[in-house]
Amino acid sequence: MAGCKPQAETAGSTQKVKIHIDPVTRIEGHLKAEVEVKNGVVVDARLSGGMYRGFEQILRGRDPRDATQITQRICGVCPTAHATASALALDDAFGVELTDNGRIARNLILGANFLQSHILHFYHLAALDYVNGPDTAPFIPRYKNNDVRLPKDLNQVGVDQYLEALEMRKICHEMVALLGGKMPHVQGIVVGGSTEIPTREALNAYAERFKKVKDFILKKYVPLIYLLAGPYGDLLKTGVGHKNLVSWGVFPTDNKGNTLLKSGVYTDGKDYDVDPAMIKEFVKYSWFEDSTTGLNPTKGETKPNPNKAGAYSFIKAPRYNGKAHEAGPLARMWATNPDLSKTGQDALGVKKFRDIGDAGFSILGRHVARAEETALVAMAVEEWLAQAQPGKETFVPASIPKNAEGLGMTEAPRGALLHYVDIKDSVISNYQITSATIWNANPRDDMGVRGPIEESLIGVPVPDVENPVNVGRLIRAYDP
Amino acid sequence: MFFLVFNSIKEVPVKDEQVLPEAQQEKSGVTRRSFLKAVTGTAAGIGISQVVSPALIHALEKGLERHPVVWIQGQGCTGCSVSLLNSVSPPIADVLLKIISLQYHPTVMASEGETAMANLFAIAKEYKGRFSIVVEGAIPTAEDGKYCIVGEYHHKEYSMVELMKELAPQAGSVLAVGTCAAYGGIPAAEGNVTGATGVMDFFKAEGIKTPVVNIPGCPPHPDWIVLSIAHLLEKGIPELDDNGRPTLFFGENIHDNCPRLALYDEGELSETLSDPKGCRMDLGCKGPDTYADCYKRKWNGGLNWCVDNAVCIGCVEPGFPDAQSPFYEPA
Repeated sequence: MAGCKPQAETAGSTQKVKIHIDPVTRIEGHLKAEVEVKNGVVVDARLSGGMYRGFEQILRGRDPRDATQITQRICGVCPTAHATASALALDDAFGVELTDNGRIARNLILGANFLQSHILHFYHLAALDYVNGPDTAPFIPRYKNNDVRLPKDLNQVGVDQYLEALEMRKICHEMVALLGGKMPHVQGIVVGGSTEIPTREALNAYAERFKKVKDFILKKYVPLIYLLAGPYGDLLKTGVGHKNLVSWGVFPTDNKGNTLLKSGVYTDGKDYDVDPAMIKEFVKYSWFEDSTTGLNPTKGETKPNPNKAGAYSFIKAPRYNGKAHEAGPLARMWATNPDLSKTGQDALGVKKFRDIGDAGFSILGRHVARAEETALVAMAVEEWLAQAQPGKETFVPASIPKNAEGLGMTEAPRGALLHYVDIKDSVISNYQITSATIWNANPRDDMGVRGPIEESLIGVPVPDVENPVNVGRLIRAYDP
Repeated sequence: MFFLVFNSIKEVPVKDEQVLPEAQQEKSGVTRRSFLKAVTGTAAGIGISQVVSPALIHALEKGLERHPVVWIQGQGCTGCSVSLLNSVSPPIADVLLKIISLQYHPTVMASEGETAMANLFAIAKEYKGRFSIVVEGAIPTAEDGKYCIVGEYHHKEYSMVELMKELAPQAGSVLAVGTCAAYGGIPAAEGNVTGATGVMDFFKAEGIKTPVVNIPGCPPHPDWIVLSIAHLLEKGIPELDDNGRPTLFFGENIHDNCPRLALYDEGELSETLSDPKGCRMDLGCKGPDTYADCYKRKWNGGLNWCVDNAVCIGCVEPGFPDAQSPFYEPA
């Protein structure tokens, strides 16, 4: 069963059919999708984030250093990203500059988890939309007609890699733990740098594991994505959205603000430098007090109101320069425009990421971006391993300022991430978080404009309303 | 006080049409023999022989008929699930394909929406009194449960509160995995407005009698989850402390057993976070008030742990995080 029993069950019906999917599975968190299908395509969509905890309220009054531990618990898949954003905000507020080794140690911790997150995402979250697992729980039940198009031998390759990927992502977490203490939720990222000065042994142990992961990424993960573009080629042509992108940049390569993956905004076909003042969070259709709408995070307020009429999500609607922008690997790779992997160049016959063009703004295009980014980050991890110096200081102590503000902007695997802290009398007075998924999975803004995923769903084919597989495929391509 | 539910769990098996084919077993190295060897290996490696008794090995063998588990997420972060994926011995593939029949898990299951919800309710009905619920995340009780909606089925929206009230009485046992599910955790910390509650407190308030085992940690070590499940399958509920946690994993004080205790005794205390030597007391370590076997089990395949890297923040304790705050100041 796919959702509300539709009145008209024939494909391409001219009547509007409403489909509710709750829970949307193989994501992190709680999401409901409500789509309207007419003539075999999605004509309207509403996404609802159904859960609220209130980190911004809970952080008030605490020792600022605790934020780096507490905010990690926003997400068990990307805690290192939150730790990084928090540490950057505190570095800013405390006025600390990292040592080179501290900066590299943070990159090694965050980098290993980027690899983990992307592997987990494609294989353990997205892949079951394209590959059938064995006929046993949790791989069944499935949609009766789930549009898996692979011949038996290719499907088996997918299953084999799913199982191998379980091992690979576990190894990535071992890499994280070598410098981070444990994973999920590391101790190793703090204001002032990283807590554990790497030893030669730790770096060797990290490198030994990294070799296996790199092989898997380059020889199995990236090629599989391009292989899927054959049978699933139509999915390179649907799911365009607003075609606006934001990236705050991540993985500092020096102390001057340069990053491996570049920052940049792409709006209506033009490139712009990032200006944080352009960010405003709207709440008309979100379960928050209307009085708090349209605020920049540095002036942000978080006042939940789950009973507000007309609202339909706990996700605020961030807008950049008043427009909806999506975040994630597509946004970062677009801003960076690196050379594609060799596999990618051979498969597509083009050299640079932007040469992919419109095909990038699609269901499969976003998977291609993620795979290419994984390869790129893997290459960088190899360089950082060579740059890391055993025994050299990774931590710069600093006292808590009495009154100060700090802004940390970085990237989680799923997109742009911002933490803002306002310290008064040495405790947190205001802490605001604009996280990756809220850039993508937000509801309409005060101007009535759909969020990026909602907009990307428009036009997506749903020929069989009992088995609306492309809705989940589209949503999962964003890794929410 | 905690009755053995062994007999009611005993006759479980979920008969799937087709378990992992022979060829797949060989390719993945997952055979009954290698699996058992791996589990025994764990015990030898950490020197806790009582954890894997012959009876327990038998349980894991019986588990090959696969105990039905439904995994429900409330106000969580999925970190507990991710931690479980890091299980070394047995590896997660074995857990999923040999020990439990994971009939519902929002993060990994193939189905979605109505298909998923229909299966959830069907399993609860078919295995009434004999399936386990794992709860990950806290249960928000304020505003009629509106702070956490978990699904929609036949046009009816389910909050975490409603789903727990409906499913929990039907289950044979409940595992509250992670500090949020056990005690409320970070969502229940000072400043929260959602009425976030742990499972035991929620059951008490609602008069739900299904037995609960708390496996706290933020996140819990994968071994604590897997080995608690194994114990449950063979012998029933393990011995629990006053906080509902298996004494097997949470019975020892970290400070009293810490490899750095001698340094504490000699007054050699670390002065900065990156100081590799020294006791972490002055840096804010909450080891003295924390009960867990991290000091010997270590993390992520035994590679490291919080105290060697920085400090313990007491994430397995009922008061976490407020009781341990500030994390970087001595208690």
